Amino acid sequence: MTRSARRTHRTLRLTGAGVVALLALSACSSSDSASGADSAGSGSSASASSPKLSGTVTVFAAASLKESFTTLGKEFEKKHPGTKVTFNFAGSDALAASITGGAPADVFAAASPKTMAIVTDAENAAGAPATFVRNQLEIATLPGNPHQVSSLKDVTKPGLKVVLCDKEVPCGAAAQKALDASRLKLTPVSYEQDVKAALTKVELKEADAAVVYQTDVQAAGDKVEGVEFPESADAVNDYPIVQLKDAPNAGAAKAFIALVQSPEGQQVLTEAGFLKP
Amino acid sequence: MISPHDKSAAVADTLTGGPRRRRVRNGASRGVPLPLLVPALAGLAFLLLPLIALLVRAPWSSLPEQLTSAEVWQALRLSLVCATAATALSLVVGVPLAWLLARTDFPGRGLVRALVTLPLVLPPVVGGVALLLALGRNGVVGQWLDSWFGITLPFTTAGVIVAETFVAMPFLVISVEGTLRAADPRYEEAATTLGASRFTAFRRITLPLIMPGIAAGSVLAWARALGEFGATITFAGNFPGRTQTMPLAVYLALQNDPAAAIALSLVLLAVSIAVLAGLRDRWMTAS
Repeated sequence: MTRSARRTHRTLRLTGAGVVALLALSACSSSDSASGADSAGSGSSASASSPKLSGTVTVFAAASLKESFTTLGKEFEKKHPGTKVTFNFAGSDALAASITGGAPADVFAAASPKTMAIVTDAENAAGAPATFVRNQLEIATLPGNPHQVSSLKDVTKPGLKVVLCDKEVPCGAAAQKALDASRLKLTPVSYEQDVKAALTKVELKEADAAVVYQTDVQAAGDKVEGVEFPESADAVNDYPIVQLKDAPNAGAAKAFIALVQSPEGQQVLTEAGFLKP
Repeated sequence: MISPHDKSAAVADTLTGGPRRRRVRNGASRGVPLPLLVPALAGLAFLLLPLIALLVRAPWSSLPEQLTSAEVWQALRLSLVCATAATALSLVVGVPLAWLLARTDFPGRGLVRALVTLPLVLPPVVGGVALLLALGRNGVVGQWLDSWFGITLPFTTAGVIVAETFVAMPFLVISVEGTLRAADPRYEEAATTLGASRFTAFRRITLPLIMPGIAAGSVLAWARALGEFGATITFAGNFPGRTQTMPLAVYLALQNDPAAAIALSLVLLAVSIAVLAGLRDRWMTAS
């Protein structure tokens, strides 16, 4: 027993040494990667002065932008041969958290100023964000609207399975704002982590209704039926876009934001159901 | 000659990292070669570092109020209840399934065995989607559950248990099946030649023989169920008190309140360590 105790003690000491060694190692490597990113950044900003863009531009965008940004990404690649646009679509709050956590990205497009503020407050943005579209809420119901939902109040009917976005996600915050403004109380069956997850539950007919964006209803085609409600006017979301400070491909990031704000980009977005800023 | 009981214990030990009792000690004094020691320590440090970071960054001063909030206890209770129920469900159907795979011979057994292990390697979110398509309100089987019995599983606590069972049961089946294969079937054969039915032989001979394997498998399954995230959020959704288990709460808290996420993580870490420590003692005295 004592022998094994002594052995454990020695093992622990060795472990401690190993941990210290690894800590030192990780400290080194993190400073290495930071300087590496810096040099990459300066390199690409040099290339930005020349019109030729290349490499990958990484765009973190709100889930509701999925269809329109995918289209714009393809156009961008066509316009600038040799570039590649990769997207990360998720809830804006999750994206903001990963950006402040050090995820390498060039552009961040959020579905609300509040989630954008997480990134700007952490000083991860290069410059001030610009609002590029707005989006209004709509109720998504099953095809044919079997539960005859015609207003926001109808959604609060007991027995109806409704999913909302989580309150931290812009669509959830907006839905809550609309409900509060009309003094309605709604207990959903689930708080989903992004707007597409909420929409999917209706598409799969697991939920009877979801409060999502007009653009999502439009993108879902005939898999859901949209019901507009006047209270949504009280909760219109501004979508800000910004280039990130540590953008590995700053030149392409600028060009992508320019495309989103160009008349051509705006046309793609309004066709998807977004409102002009 | 190793007795079958020892063999089954050995299988359980492999799964749980055991035993110390029969190890030959004379090798340790000769020193460990450096090419083995350095990567071994690096590997160990790699596994421990995140846990240490969790402790270093823990908001110790605000921890009491973080942990006494109703939401934390709600999520923890839900997690414990669901993981335990999922383990119980896995035991009820998993042990017979393991017996079937280990003790009977039927065409396509290898394929069945591979299918049983599929959820082990399947991404849990895919499992959740599959469960929705099978047991959802509009699913292949789920629509009949709904129209005949009025049972809908998505967005309910039962749905959480189903999702966790789906992901965790293979751990139990594999563990028990391995133990069964290592156990000597001659004891059961002797029992049947003495007049016991095959079920009596299973109950009186096999079951006690493979108990260590069942215990090991249960703990693995329970731990897997406790940490289950992807299938749960996909199949059962996220609602506090009903389907929001600890991992879901940690994930969502991380977006807006990292301190709360760390506090929740510490609770899960403590629960895991407690279970590991508690069961380890029992196994060592049991064998």
